[in-house]
Amino acid sequence: MRKLFTTDHRSLGVLYLLLSLAAVATGTLLSLLMRVHRIWPDTPLPLLGLMKPEDYLALVTMHGTLMVFFVLTVAPQNGFASLVLPGQIGARHMAFPRLNAISFWLMALAFTILISAFALPSGAPLSGWASYPPLSAIASAGPGQGTGMDLWLLSIGIFCVAAWLGAVNLLATILGERGAGMTWSRLPLTVWAWLTTSILTLLVFSVLLAAAVLLFSDRHFGSSFFVPLNDVVNGHVVGRGDGSPLLWLHLFWFFGHPEVYIAILPGMGLATSLFANFTRRRVAGYKVMAAMLVAIGGLGLLVWGHHMFVSGMNPYAGTAFALTTMAIAVPSTVEVIGWLSTLWGGGLRLTTPMLFALGFLSFFIAGGLTGPILAQPALDTYLHNTFFVVAHFHLIMAMAGVFSVFAGIYYWFPLMTGRMMNDLLGKLHFWISLIAAYGTFLPMHISGLAGEPRHYERLAGPVVSFSEILPNERGITWSAILLGAAQLLFLWNLFASAKRGERATENPWQATTLEWAPEIPRRRIERGPYEYENGGTESMFRPQWESASKQE
Amino acid sequence: MPATFTPKNVEIERKHTGIGGKPPVDRRPTGGGGDGDNWDNRPSGRRGPRELLSRYRLGVLFALAGDLMFFVALVSAFFVRQSAGHFDARENYVSDWHPIAVPPILWVNTAILLLSSLTMEIARRQLFREIDVMEEWLGLGRPAVKRAAPWMVVTVVLGVLFVIGQWIAWGQLTQQGFHFNSPDPSSHFFYLITGTHGLHLVLGIVALAAALGALFTLKRVELRQIVVDCTAWYWHTMGIFWIFLFVLLAYFQ
Amino acid sequence: MPWAPFNGSLEGARIDRLLLYNLIAFAIVFALAQVWIIVVMLRRKPRGNGLPAALRWAMIAVFGVLYIWTGIAAQRLWANSQFAGPAPEAMQVEVTGAQFQWYFRYPGTDATFGAVRSQLVDAASGNPLGLDPADPASKDDVVSSLLVLPAGREVDLRLRSLDVIHGLFIPGMRLKENAVPGMILHVHFTPQTPGTYSILCSQVCGLGHARMQARLLVVPEKQFTEWLGVREHLRQAGLAGGVSRP
Ligand code: HEM
Ligand SMILES: [Cu+2]
Ligand SMILES: [Cu+2]
Repeated sequence: MRKLFTTDHRSLGVLYLLLSLAAVATGTLLSLLMRVHRIWPDTPLPLLGLMKPEDYLALVTMHGTLMVFFVLTVAPQNGFASLVLPGQIGARHMAFPRLNAISFWLMALAFTILISAFALPSGAPLSGWASYPPLSAIASAGPGQGTGMDLWLLSIGIFCVAAWLGAVNLLATILGERGAGMTWSRLPLTVWAWLTTSILTLLVFSVLLAAAVLLFSDRHFGSSFFVPLNDVVNGHVVGRGDGSPLLWLHLFWFFGHPEVYIAILPGMGLATSLFANFTRRRVAGYKVMAAMLVAIGGLGLLVWGHHMFVSGMNPYAGTAFALTTMAIAVPSTVEVIGWLSTLWGGGLRLTTPMLFALGFLSFFIAGGLTGPILAQPALDTYLHNTFFVVAHFHLIMAMAGVFSVFAGIYYWFPLMTGRMMNDLLGKLHFWISLIAAYGTFLPMHISGLAGEPRHYERLAGPVVSFSEILPNERGITWSAILLGAAQLLFLWNLFASAKRGERATENPWQATTLEWAPEIPRRRIERGPYEYENGGTESMFRPQWESASKQE
Repeated sequence: MPATFTPKNVEIERKHTGIGGKPPVDRRPTGGGGDGDNWDNRPSGRRGPRELLSRYRLGVLFALAGDLMFFVALVSAFFVRQSAGHFDARENYVSDWHPIAVPPILWVNTAILLLSSLTMEIARRQLFREIDVMEEWLGLGRPAVKRAAPWMVVTVVLGVLFVIGQWIAWGQLTQQGFHFNSPDPSSHFFYLITGTHGLHLVLGIVALAAALGALFTLKRVELRQIVVDCTAWYWHTMGIFWIFLFVLLAYFQ
Repeated sequence: MPWAPFNGSLEGARIDRLLLYNLIAFAIVFALAQVWIIVVMLRRKPRGNGLPAALRWAMIAVFGVLYIWTGIAAQRLWANSQFAGPAPEAMQVEVTGAQFQWYFRYPGTDATFGAVRSQLVDAASGNPLGLDPADPASKDDVVSSLLVLPAGREVDLRLRSLDVIHGLFIPGMRLKENAVPGMILHVHFTPQTPGTYSILCSQVCGLGHARMQARLLVVPEKQFTEWLGVREHLRQAGLAGGVSRP
């Protein structure tokens, strides 16, 4: 109990991670059900029976919502930041420890509310994680769009507040609690990433909250923000005023695009640190890398329209958004080239965290390269809402994101438990996951190019059967099952190592950043974050907690 | 073994943080230890009497920045919705937007809110008058509290008056036939904007009342400063938000 | 193109070509980058100190050029299809999405779409779009659940939705645009090769989303006139009140 209602930032970090572990386990199960249903749509599933079309859509919606909010926001942004951010900047605690606990409990509440939608007789909502109105605004538009959708809105509303409190806390901590001498250019790149994502969180989650309030008012108070005049749903005229569905799209994607960067920037910062550590090199162009993280965040606020090229948005706006999107590809490229050049001739130490960081890089490139293709409105006309987009964001956000979270867990596990995770199991987990993930998401490009739209409950419809991509889809499903199964290795490793793992030495990765300091330094910090020296076989490194004059 | 999360002396340290053995008066350029002793060179929690205050100010600042975006989103929805319309049967472009005249009582409310900001600022300044702070710090009495409390009471009263005024305005609108769920988008926005802002004010009043209570119960002078200071900034910001929202409702319908 | 459904439209060929170039370019970059990662993993002995900064910036410049090229090339196509309206003689067809069905309306001999009123929408009694019988212009409107178009003539689609957002997706025409309730959107294209193409819904719209499909038949001009003639005739004879199935 004492441990549960803790305000200690490290315990809270672990709690956040456990929450996202629960969410990722649920989300993965849902996705496997979807994959199985897609290739055997008429086979009853054990326990669940025959899946109805609305069940499939409910699975997609809940899967997306869980993964985007409760996994890829909670783990990298709140979990890891609570765990190590104060340590990394030489602070004793978060600026507001109790606020951190409140934010965690709100997130747990939001999670419970969301999951409880499955228990409703009418089922969970089915309008997808982007919840476009009028489908999401009118209860009679589909099963699950009544109470289920209300629960979704409530859960997201609470999550917005929680994320917002979390971001306030992180910002106040980074700005106010840095140890003496911890100047801006001595911050590890993870801290730069958290700084950026926290600002983004403040700016965009409040907009999502406002949008959710408007939608809720449309649903219950008879307003017409998003429902147009004379809208007829299910034989009833429900539209009362000149509401505009496009308004929701703008508000939602103004949140939605920065949100994907909230998910990935911490991973980018972590990968940079790991590459430096396991090549025993300084980060190539530290200042540039930090600046690019911030630039990506800033530009990320200006590109939301690339989700709306075919939505009926003004085509000139489409051009503008296409250009800003091309512009954001540049800082991303700078980051990737920075990593590749740090690795070049680096004599990598292929530890498990390093492998996962390399996996992150591989997926980031694989998914990132389809970004500029989708950013061309003329091409996106064909590709939008097909499996090509599904492939894009699963590679860059889901896989790159999750691999960076794995890297973080393997890397910081000693900080959580004082033990190491099993290396052999870890490496097995990595290789199976890597291959299965590529096996799952690369072939999706082919389905997408063949014109297969997303959110399809079955391939064969009244007119098109997509029979030519069925083998491809089968392969994807088997791969996905393998991918899911590989995570059992991870779970086993996680809990077994927490109990019986090998005891970690002090600073087991020979890292330089402050979270590994034996105690919180009381002295002024005088070093940069990545002072590794590549001295032949015996490597030298200068942790930030050592004073500048001691060495040499 | 690395530093795992064995319970640290965090809790103990927090109790003493921010004091630095100095009275919480205006910050001096140096730490007072002579010879270039800068607060910033010390570990956090030892950075002088104003450390805690600036931490909370920072938090309030960021929270309000997020809140600002909330209202920005509402206001941009307002403008989008205002320009929306449709083609009627004869292909004429018509809009369902009918501007509503704001009830005149809103002017009174606005004046009240401005006044309350003024009284709140007076209350806040009482807690930062150096002589009084020194006296409180030395435990000789509580002159600052005594001076600030009445002004805060006045602020609470004015705040409550404002909320009641808004309530009356809603009543007047309903009498004219503008309900929340009447088909007029402008009335949705009127209710939504005044409603969410009103909710913020109610929270503010609760915070003010709590701060008032805390003035008398909190033992340490710098904590008393913090509660009053933070609620004051919140209150001022809500006042500023109101001015913008009011101008929007009154002149940009 | 083996990787995409057969393209039957005039504009599609250029889109396909651009897409192919893009895929090739980015596939090469993908392969190179992955090889890079494998190589650095295999070469266990550290050497050098990473890439020299000049080389890094040169690589970034190469990518900058690549993005600018893709940006410009794509904008040209986009401008052609979106900034310029359809030719004045383009054929008008209205497409309406409703849960979970596409309806296609031809304006008839008067070349004017009749008025529609939501209050009249009643699919069961054969008036799924709510055509207003009081409007003379709606008398000759032909509503079909099959989209038949003449080959070689530009078409101007007028997109509407009755209820929720749908996505009109004709893969064989490389065409996609949402049907948004409360908005009338226009897209234009030129079907070229006669044949049958599928029409899908690309925006999740409810439980029947995956079944919301229709057929596009591109036929020679003569056959099209015949088909439309028969429809007009049926419509005038009052045999098909609003919609007629193929
Ligand atoms: C090189 C940088 C990137 C570019 C140019 C880019 C471009 C795009 C474009 C144009 C779309 C819209 C496709 C469509 O819906 O038709 C899209 C979708 C998406 N992107 Fe990216 N992207 C980039 C990086 C990222 C990153 C870093 C993430 C996440 C970490 C991400 C996550 C997503 C997601 C989740 C979607 C789909 C949202 C949905 O429809 O549900 N992208 N991207
Ligand atoms: Cu995006
Ligand atoms: Cu549809």
